[in-house]
Amino acid sequence: MTASQPIASPFLRVRGLNKSFGAFRALKDIDLEVARGEFVCFLGPSGCGKTTLLRAIAGLDPQDSGTIEIAGRDVSQAPPSQRDFGIVFQSYALFPNLTVAKNVGYGLVNRSRPRAEIAARVTELLEMVGLPDQGQKFPGQLSGGQQQRVALARALATSPGLLLLDEPLSALDAKVRIHLRAQIRDLQQRLGVTTIMVTHDQEEALAMADRIVVMNHGVIEQIGGPTEIYGAPDTPFVADFVGHMTFLDAVVTGPKTVRVGALDFVVADDAGAAVGSQVRLAMRPETVRARMVDEAAPNRFEARIGELSFLGSFCRATLEPTGSSGVRISADFPANEMRDLEIVEGQLRAVSFPPEALRVFAPSAPGAAS
Amino acid sequence: MSEIAARMDDAASSSFAVRRPLVSERQVAGLLIAALCVLLVVIIALPLWSLLSKSVQNTAGDFVGLANFWTYASTPTLVASLRNSVFVAGMATAITVPLAFLYAYALTRSRMPLKGLFTAAALLPIFAPSLLSGLSLIYIFGNQGILKHWMMGAKLYGPIGIIGAEALYTFPHALLILTTALALSDGRLREAAEALGTSRARIFRTITLPGARYGLISAVFVVFTLVITDFGIPKVIGGQYSVLATDAYRQVVGQQNFPMGAVVGIILLVPAVLAFLIDRRTQKRQSALLSARAVPYEPKPDAARDYGLLAFCLLVAGAIVATYGVAAWGSFVTYWPYNLKLTLNNYDFAAVEPTGWDGYFNSLKLAGLTAVIGSVVIFCGAYLIEKVKAFPGLRGFAHFLAMLPMAVPGLVLGLGYVFFFNASWNPLSVFYGTLTVLVINSIAHFFTVAHITALTSLKQLDHEFEAVSASLKVPFWTTFRRVTAPICMPAILDIAVYLFVNAMTTVSAVIFLYGADTKLASISIVHMDEAGAVASAAAMATVIMATAIGVKILHVVLDRFVFSRLQSWRRR
Ligand SMILES: Nc1ncnc2c1ncn2[C@@H]1O[C@H](COP(=O)(O)OP(=O)(O)O)[C@@H](O)[C@H]1O
Ligand SMILES: [Mg+2]
Repeated sequence: MTASQPIASPFLRVRGLNKSFGAFRALKDIDLEVARGEFVCFLGPSGCGKTTLLRAIAGLDPQDSGTIEIAGRDVSQAPPSQRDFGIVFQSYALFPNLTVAKNVGYGLVNRSRPRAEIAARVTELLEMVGLPDQGQKFPGQLSGGQQQRVALARALATSPGLLLLDEPLSALDAKVRIHLRAQIRDLQQRLGVTTIMVTHDQEEALAMADRIVVMNHGVIEQIGGPTEIYGAPDTPFVADFVGHMTFLDAVVTGPKTVRVGALDFVVADDAGAAVGSQVRLAMRPETVRARMVDEAAPNRFEARIGELSFLGSFCRATLEPTGSSGVRISADFPANEMRDLEIVEGQLRAVSFPPEALRVFAPSAPGAAS
Repeated sequence: MSEIAARMDDAASSSFAVRRPLVSERQVAGLLIAALCVLLVVIIALPLWSLLSKSVQNTAGDFVGLANFWTYASTPTLVASLRNSVFVAGMATAITVPLAFLYAYALTRSRMPLKGLFTAAALLPIFAPSLLSGLSLIYIFGNQGILKHWMMGAKLYGPIGIIGAEALYTFPHALLILTTALALSDGRLREAAEALGTSRARIFRTITLPGARYGLISAVFVVFTLVITDFGIPKVIGGQYSVLATDAYRQVVGQQNFPMGAVVGIILLVPAVLAFLIDRRTQKRQSALLSARAVPYEPKPDAARDYGLLAFCLLVAGAIVATYGVAAWGSFVTYWPYNLKLTLNNYDFAAVEPTGWDGYFNSLKLAGLTAVIGSVVIFCGAYLIEKVKAFPGLRGFAHFLAMLPMAVPGLVLGLGYVFFFNASWNPLSVFYGTLTVLVINSIAHFFTVAHITALTSLKQLDHEFEAVSASLKVPFWTTFRRVTAPICMPAILDIAVYLFVNAMTTVSAVIFLYGADTKLASISIVHMDEAGAVASAAAMATVIMATAIGVKILHVVLDRFVFSRLQSWRRR
């Protein structure tokens, strides 16, 4: 668990948040700060408490203990209507009996403004989300992606300081999803609205977020930028959940060296583990090198190419290093490498593991149980 | 920051600022929920409490423990009524449930033609007061019956008449439960069995019956309860054969023996409460039985089965329609069965009953008010219970009270109202005998089914409407008015029609509650029948039935041609 770097004057500040459902603790001591204008993703497996945290921030399901500040104001006890946010749910929750325009203008009509002004604002919002001519349709007549954008326009209509999105894309087809990712991100950048998005899709989080909050079992495992989360996961859970990772049981044999079976690895960072201690060695499949592995390369081993599975632009291979029965390492080879190097199943070939791409997790590290 | 962003900030700070509400939503919600609880306590809990406490008091109002129950058990005539009641209820159940099961089977598991027509025919008794089936049987098999010889000397007035009339009256209630149960079961099981070449008898025994098991249990209890608590039929066709319901009437109205009436009421409560508990358990099991991915069964054509079932349904539907038809016909006949010339004389109610047509207009007023006030109160109550997040304890309490009337037969609730609204200490006793108390009683009597209908339709809405409104700073009552109520309009209309039809046809609860100016049509039927004016009684019952059917048809027509236009958003 890393404390995120303190933010000078955070827009959202969550301190010591706890929430239980009966005996089940859904959120445990959550601390979180979000800067103004930031796009933050809550990422974690289903049931880890992302929605619960989002709804606590919104005031929809109040926390048991802890404080929430929005824009410097303590709103811990305030009802949702006195917090300044817009929200988009997974189901969109569009009002089916109202037209798209009336849905978008729903939060504006009780604000004693002239009709024309409201209509102009609705038109502007619909243009903004790319649905300029759909105002008179009913939500049921729109596609899923269009409905999603109507919900977004409705949430933004009152110009909230905070935009909350709960799995806004998960009900859509893969193609539409990727298209809308870019649209939402672009809109967020243009408006500069502080945004929190919940997702269980790591790819989505990596592609969209300024910072990612990785959650598991009601606790925050790590907070960091996409490259940090992917390249330097703090815990085995994060390493495993974000991207693919091979874990091997290892023993520390010296400074920056660990042994797995009969294989000695040099690592760039040994996490300060004592010599002789049990650790776990982790490596991403795409960091395994097969091209131009010269004799002097560090961590150079001979391995048999086990099972190969074709995954489109690359192949995932299971490597079986010779002389170390039972050790299995996943490696991804791009399609052109497969072709150039003529990699086939059963082949014996040299591979290497760049030390800076290897991570050592001491067993005492929090979250190591997962 | 971009231009749009700048403008948005601008908008936020000035032009779209929210009006500050005078009272918080939470306060309003709390107030409304508290009001709902008070209302339910007054119209449901307190009358029932009065009934219970009355049963342990003597006529002077002193506490006597279980002495009244002891008196009851040691009075042979009263115990005989209990035995009689159980006997007729058991017999009627044994006749109705198997017939209704086969009928439901035909409607759900065959390719029989005219299913819509057969459903409508079987539902006919719902639109008439229960005692109309009794009057019909008198026309057909009574002393002057056209088919009297079919009785081969046996006496209609007594258990035979009661059982026959009750079987007719309860048939649609059993049918509705059983069609639901059969329609729910998973079609893939049957298809798999058919593919394996399983014989039809075996499929029936191993798949159909177990699948509908809970529905059958539920139907048995519901029919048994309906019969044992029904007052109208034994009153018109029971002769000297006394049952619990007529005893309660005699004790309270005839002898003013309130404590003994209360004891009978509590005895009647037993099967109803049992039926209620079993029904609740059944529904839980039934939904567990139906996995989320179950598919409905599409029966394949099978001439032998389809024509066999068609013949059966023709027979049953024919019997129902003919019986009710004879009563309607009889009401237009000069002197049954000797002078069959048609006449409207029997509709001149003033000739046989002092209140004349007033009873009918009182009934219309009662049904109309019950439908309008009841559907508004019940739907709003269900909304508060289901959609408002605050005060879970109070909401749970309100839901419990709303479910209670299902377990309380009309007759028992009516007794409770007598004791409660007649009590000298009660400031509400000024309403005793007025239309107000009749409306309140009818709403309470039919509360549960309407409440469940409202809850079901509310549960189908997106759960986040309220959350979205809160985020947009729109109070929940605005969303209720603009979104929730319009979407649920079909369910609200269903509730209104249900309340109207039932308030129009009920006898059992209101028989204790009407006053000199508020005599209802269904009660004047009882009185005209008592006075020997059977034709006029049948005429009044026919008018009620025609009104109820008319309202139902109006509902269907409006639903199809008017409201569907207002619901244009439902179309894709
Ligand atoms: N209203 C509730 N009652 C009981 N348990 C709940 C409730 N809401 C959520 N939970 C539980 O809390 C955990 C976290 O839920 P949630 O925040 O919805 O997870 P997710 O990360 O998938 O959004 C889950 O195990 C869920 O079962
Ligand atoms: Mg969730």
